[in-house]
Amino acid sequence: MQHGKYRFIVGFLALPLGLYALFVVWPFIQSIYYSFTDWTGLSPEFKMVGFDNYKRMLDDEIFWKSLQHSLLFALVLPVVTISLALFFAFMINVGGRRRRGGPVISGVRGSSFYKIVYFFPQVLSIAIVALLFAFAYNPDSGAINSLLRGIGLDSVQPLWLGDPSLALWCVMGVLVWSSVGFFVVLFSAGMASIPADLYEAALLDGANRVSTFFRITLPLLWDTVQSGWVYMGILALGAESFAVVQIMTTGPGGPDYSTTVMVLYVYQKAFRDGQAAYATTIGVALLIVTLAFAAIVMRLGRRERLEY
Amino acid sequence: MKTTDTAASVPAESGASVSKVDMPSAAPAKEKKEGNVLNVFSRGMLVLWAFMVVMPLLWAVMTSFKDDSSIFSSPWALPDKLHFDNWARAWTDANMSDYFLNTILVVGGSLIGTLVLGSMAAYVLARFDFPGNRFIYFLFIGGMSFPIMLALVPLFYVVNNMGLLNTIHGLILVYIAYSLPFTVFFLTAFFRTLPTSVAEAAFVDGASHSRTFFQIMLPMAKPGLISVGIFNFLGQWNQYMLPTVLNTDPDKRVLTQGLVQLAASQGYKGDWSGLFAGLVMAMLPVLAAYIIFQRQVVQGLTAGALK
Repeated sequence: MQHGKYRFIVGFLALPLGLYALFVVWPFIQSIYYSFTDWTGLSPEFKMVGFDNYKRMLDDEIFWKSLQHSLLFALVLPVVTISLALFFAFMINVGGRRRRGGPVISGVRGSSFYKIVYFFPQVLSIAIVALLFAFAYNPDSGAINSLLRGIGLDSVQPLWLGDPSLALWCVMGVLVWSSVGFFVVLFSAGMASIPADLYEAALLDGANRVSTFFRITLPLLWDTVQSGWVYMGILALGAESFAVVQIMTTGPGGPDYSTTVMVLYVYQKAFRDGQAAYATTIGVALLIVTLAFAAIVMRLGRRERLEY
Repeated sequence: MKTTDTAASVPAESGASVSKVDMPSAAPAKEKKEGNVLNVFSRGMLVLWAFMVVMPLLWAVMTSFKDDSSIFSSPWALPDKLHFDNWARAWTDANMSDYFLNTILVVGGSLIGTLVLGSMAAYVLARFDFPGNRFIYFLFIGGMSFPIMLALVPLFYVVNNMGLLNTIHGLILVYIAYSLPFTVFFLTAFFRTLPTSVAEAAFVDGASHSRTFFQIMLPMAKPGLISVGIFNFLGQWNQYMLPTVLNTDPDKRVLTQGLVQLAASQGYKGDWSGLFAGLVMAMLPVLAAYIIFQRQVVQGLTAGALK
């Protein structure tokens, strides 16, 4: 019986764990090792070079730019996205006007319509979204500038992605556009589980909607907000920012490296410039930034769990 | 983007909301007035965001029916007639049919593999006590927060050495491996919530461990499998970074890659209307599936984050 149990455990774990170890865990370990070598990726020969790659990275101006942009992504995107989503979710679920004889709290009219529509971008590939907005931002024939012309703002015709000081914000706008809906739906689900009598008590005490939000909704939703924050930050540092920057900006990486981010720089060094070892060094820096981000958010956001 | 749209749509929207102002309300007059200003503002914001989400999508659909010259001269004008030939050109000349087929093969294979392997690992980790259980669990979970790009550099060479580079089955194996962390995390939690008594009864009746799993536990875990299946389906269907690195053969491209390549090559081909048709073609199936299975999709995508 015991024998059968262990045979079963090994039999069931072998394949998933083997696949995971081979394609995920092993490459991770390897890449940390490679960051101490001079491997090009083009030939199998390499030798250990100690911390040379790390020294080179600290002197690399483009690395610092990409780090700066990635940090900006990780700071700005979660704040903007989550604030917008909290506002929308609150309006949708709690913001409805009180009707005589109706329930104490209710959402605005058409709340389920908003939830459906806001979620649209979430099911689309970030690559398709990026392509679509690359056209919309086109200075001559794009939808945005032509809309501006249409309403008489002929003088306001920004270059959008072609303008080094604007391109990064354009890219961030697209990520906000595509992620807000997910968080609206996520927070709505959390808000639905807050008991109505808490709101009732607040209303009896004469609380308005703003204080209801800050005194009741936000504290009770805090755990969800916090995990959403970490989730958005990881996306903003990783796969999502890679797709939008690589697809939307020229270069890729923008005019004068104005939009390059760490994850794109890793890709370019490894697969464009044949400097695989240096690429993994930047990758290790990205790993440190990601883990530090998650640790800081969890630490700053820690508070006593509210039971209700 | 945001500021420009505000100018265009706010007057119309706030006008619409103002008309609803004199609805009956229990609040006193002063509070009512303040509440109404807030109400008009926040309603306006809700409508504005809905408008901002839908407009780019509608614009893409409209553009896919226009001819090339009017795409450039008047981006917001309605098409003079419905150019269905754009769609036909995208489907055949621009290889959208191949991209669809490749994507269906890759996602079909990876989705089945992810669910089978993920539920096997999750079941063992959730229900059996053995040395190393916690370690393996956290090894899987750790994969969720690590930047994938870091692993992709050596992974390219691992996959290449195994002769799996630029193959559909190689891509399937990699997709499965990178989908396992969330799948194992989600299903482990799910298996823990299922009652143990049924499985114990089956075991007492002489069913083997694997038979208990396939005939009793898996059917009981169906809601969890559907949620995590939808999550993985969308993630794998929309995947861009993994195929960009590991799948460089033009014949094996998946949808997202194919569209990006198509856009890049339009510089000299100039078939923009065909490209828009391709974009819309790739968008519509997932949007349609979302509208039909809306409740399940939303549950599948948000369930993990709420745990």
